[in-house]
Formats: sequence, structure tokens, C-alpha cells
Amino acid sequence: MATQAMQAPMELTISPRLAKNIRRNVKERIIELILMLAALTAVATTFAIVGVLLYESVSFFKTVSVVEFFTATEWTPLFEDAHYGIMPLVSGTLTTSAIALAVAVPIGTITAIFLSEFASHKARETVKPILELLVGVPTVVFGYFALFFVTPLLQSVYPELPSFNMLSAGIVMGVMIIPYIASLSEDAMRAVPMSMREGSYAMGATRFQTAIKVVAPAATSGIVAAYILAVSRAVGETMVVAVAAGQQPTLTFNPLEGAATITAYIVQVAMGDLPHGSIGYQSIFAAGLVLMVMTLSFNIIGHWIRKKYREHY
Amino acid sequence: MANINTAIKAEARDLNFFYSNGARALKGISMPLYENKITALIGPSGCGKSTFLRCFNRMHDLYPGNKYEGQIVMYPDNTNVLDAGVDPIEVRMRISMVFQKPNPFPKSIYENVAYGLRVRGENNKRIMDDKVEEALKGAALWNEVKDRLHDLAFNLSGGQQQRLCIARALATDPEIMLFDEPTSALDPIATANIEELMVELRSKLTILVVTHNMQQAARVSDYTAYMYLGELIEYDDTDRIFTNPGRKETEDYITGKFG
Repeated sequence: MATQAMQAPMELTISPRLAKNIRRNVKERIIELILMLAALTAVATTFAIVGVLLYESVSFFKTVSVVEFFTATEWTPLFEDAHYGIMPLVSGTLTTSAIALAVAVPIGTITAIFLSEFASHKARETVKPILELLVGVPTVVFGYFALFFVTPLLQSVYPELPSFNMLSAGIVMGVMIIPYIASLSEDAMRAVPMSMREGSYAMGATRFQTAIKVVAPAATSGIVAAYILAVSRAVGETMVVAVAAGQQPTLTFNPLEGAATITAYIVQVAMGDLPHGSIGYQSIFAAGLVLMVMTLSFNIIGHWIRKKYREHY
Repeated sequence: MANINTAIKAEARDLNFFYSNGARALKGISMPLYENKITALIGPSGCGKSTFLRCFNRMHDLYPGNKYEGQIVMYPDNTNVLDAGVDPIEVRMRISMVFQKPNPFPKSIYENVAYGLRVRGENNKRIMDDKVEEALKGAALWNEVKDRLHDLAFNLSGGQQQRLCIARALATDPEIMLFDEPTSALDPIATANIEELMVELRSKLTILVVTHNMQQAARVSDYTAYMYLGELIEYDDTDRIFTNPGRKETEDYITGKFG
């Protein structure tokens, strides 16, 4: 206030009551450090994996040319007459993943729409936990379910189907990832504000029109994120394809044939006793690197799509 | 009450409303909506104005457990729109609504306005183009957006979004338009635009507007209803309500002694 006289200037001291509390500060710093270390564990592991993959792959590519790796049509690194074409494994991976997505994307999305927009509270609370229970089933169980249940079932329709085939493995893998798509997409749709739904209903729209024309587009970003996670799951899935799709690398996109995927090859070879540093041993890492690049590029595409369609509400 | 000769477009008769938790939000409300007039609902927060408004297009049906008692009769059909035999979707096709916060859909400006036509099965592009243009002109938005009809609606300002929502509601030629505090999220200039628009729209349709801004009710409406704790305290010509209210409670609210 203008009328109040200013106090005369005086040498300033730090009163003990306001001084820095060393003990509290140290404690706070230690906690901060522990939290950061925990976060670093995951990051460091990722870098370590990438490092090992790159290191071993470099040795591999000293023996095998990159051109051969991507153009040769046979993958027989353990044979006398060795060929190093990754494409047969890539075709197996892409085919099984495509079948899985063809099953999981429609069923998962429709399930999510039902749960979010149509099901009563009680129905949702019953169905969702059961659906999520599917996630807890070990993948090897799904693998044998494909081999001993779905394949014979398919063979009763199409008797020429071989015991190991990508169709059966793909379908079961699709069923396995339905819960991921359904659950994440449902979360995304439920996050759409009620005011947007009310706007649609007030225009005379039905529930189905509201779900398809307003809620799903508004939740696009979250739904795409669910699809991307599903793609990564399918591409990286090991046990189902190793058990049910066969172990024979074959350059084919025909789902009625058997073929090894990248993961199936890795698990098959890693379980054998290959000497460290041998070309067969290094081929695991080259295959792993391809797998990682594939998943990574799907994630980048997904990230890009999500940014493009991010929610505006 | 003056203007008693004006035609009645809709009428609440002894209307009670109960939320799913059993709370009685409306207590025996009876009042008419006059055709081609603006009726304002005023009253303190929680008095049931929005609840009452949302009965007209059966919005409460969206949430299980809500219960209506009494009637809202719509003319010339002479039908109680709350009757179980009435399809709420048909009601909403004729009674449209503008919300408190602009709620455009995640679509282009054009598709937002065309939405009501599309859900009614209209697909003819020429008819659609005409209707969209007419509605945007009706909502005084056409000049601002005619060159970017296919931009995302979210890129518009708040006031423009609210006028877009009005255009969306207009495109299907409704008979009654419900406004639920349409300017509470807007700045004064945008508010003035919307108010002017409401007055213009009056010649085409019947308007019911909830507002907790008394001056707004005084500026735009022909009739005003004062509600308190779920009851209709007084309903009369806006001029009378604001100059010479019949009830002490109304006067206390109008003069700011209360609320």
C-alpha cells in the first residue's frame, strides 16, 4: 500500500526455519533415482536386444549377401546345400497373420460395438471378463487346439488339407487375439463423450446408426491402436504357428499349405544344439531382426494413422 | 394472459418425471408452447428446466430406469408423445435439439448438416446439396463455410460449431426446436449471433429454450416460465414476467434477491 513506509534495507540472512532441509532433499533424490532406474530397465532391455540382434546379424551378413537374403526363394541354412532366402519365412508369417486378422478384426470390432453400444450394463459385466479370460489361456494350448480340433474339423470339409496348414493356425490365432481388439476398441468407444451420442439420437438416429456413423468414427484412433496391437501379436506369435502350421519353410501364400513362420523357425532352431558363431546360429538373429523390423514398421504406420485421426472432442 | 388466440403447438399436462434413482425431478407441470413463438425456461440450477426440455424429444429414454408420468401433447397430431406406443425416433425427427456445448460429429461440415437427412435414408446428392445450403444459410453460417464444406467440423470456432449444430437440427425441417442453454459455452459476440438467429427462426418453427441467463430470456422470448425445485412457479408473457410478475417467488428471482 502506498501509505505504508518501506522497511529500511538490512543485511539478509537465511533463517533456520526457511533453510533447505537436507534430509528431505536427499530422500527425495533417492526416490527419484529408484523410479528412474525402474523405467530404464525396460528401455535398456530394448536397446540390448536390438544391439545383440544387430551384432549377430552383421556377422551373418558377412557370409550371406543381403541381396540373396531378400531374393532367394529357399531357406535351408542347416542343410548341406544351404540357401538363405528369408522370403519363405516372411510369406508364412504374413499369411498366418492375414488369416488371423481376417478373423479377429471383424469379430473383435463387432463385439466391441455390441459391448459398448448395445449390451446392458449387466451383459457387459458378464461378457467382458469371459472374453478377457481368453487372454489368459497359454498359447501352446491354442496351438494344440488348432492341430487336434480345428484342423480335423477343416479336414472334414476339405479332406486334402494337410495336418500342418496355415489356415487352421491362422484361424485359431485370430480367435486368440479377438479379446485384444474387442477390449481395446470397446474402451475407445466408451470414451466417446455421451454428448456426441445424444447429438446423434436427437437427430432421430437409431442405435445402430449412432454406433456406426458417430461413435466408431469418433473412436477411430483407439480402434486403430487396437488393430496395430493385434497385428504385432499375430506377427510375433510363436507357439500356435510352430505347433499347427508346420516347420517346413515354403514360399507360398496358400493358406491350405503348411509353412514355417519366422518365429517358428527361431524356436525350432534355438531348441537344437547349434554351436555359437556358426552360420545357423547367426541366422536366428538375422530372422529375428527381420521380425523386429516388421513389427516396428506396423507400429510406426499405426502411430501415423492414430495421429491423423486423433480424437478432437 | 395475452395472445390467447395464438395456436398451441404442444402442451405439457400434469407432467411428472422420475430419474432411475427415484428422484422426482418434475412435479405436475402443465404449460403450453405457442406456435411460432419462443418460450424460455428460467430458474436456478437444478430446478428441472433441462429435465423438462428433454422430455419433449424423449431424450430420457436413452437411460434405463427413467419414468414419465402425465402427458406432452403435440398438435396437430393430438398425440401424447410420451405414450409407450409412440416411437421416440419419430418424435425426434420432428422435434430437434441444440445442446449446451456444441457437439458436432467427427465429420466434415457438410456431413454434419447432412446427417439427419442421411439417417432418414436420403441419398440424392442434389436434394442433399440444396438442403445443406439452405440449412447453413438458415443458421447464418453459409458465407463463412461455403468454401470449405468438406473441412472437419472441429476446425470451426465454438460459436461457428454451435451454429453448425443449429444448421444440423434445421436441415430436417423440424416443427419444434429445443435449445438447452445454447450459449452458455460461448463468448458474447457468438451469443448475440445465436440469439438473433433464434428470433429469425421463430417464423419457421416453435422454440423452447432453457437459459440461466435471465437477460437472454428477456431479450429473445415471447413467453417465459419460471421453475423452481421441479415445479412451474409462473408462466406468462415475457414482458409481464419481467415487469410485473404475479408471484413473489418469481419477483425475488428476477430481481436477484434469490438464485
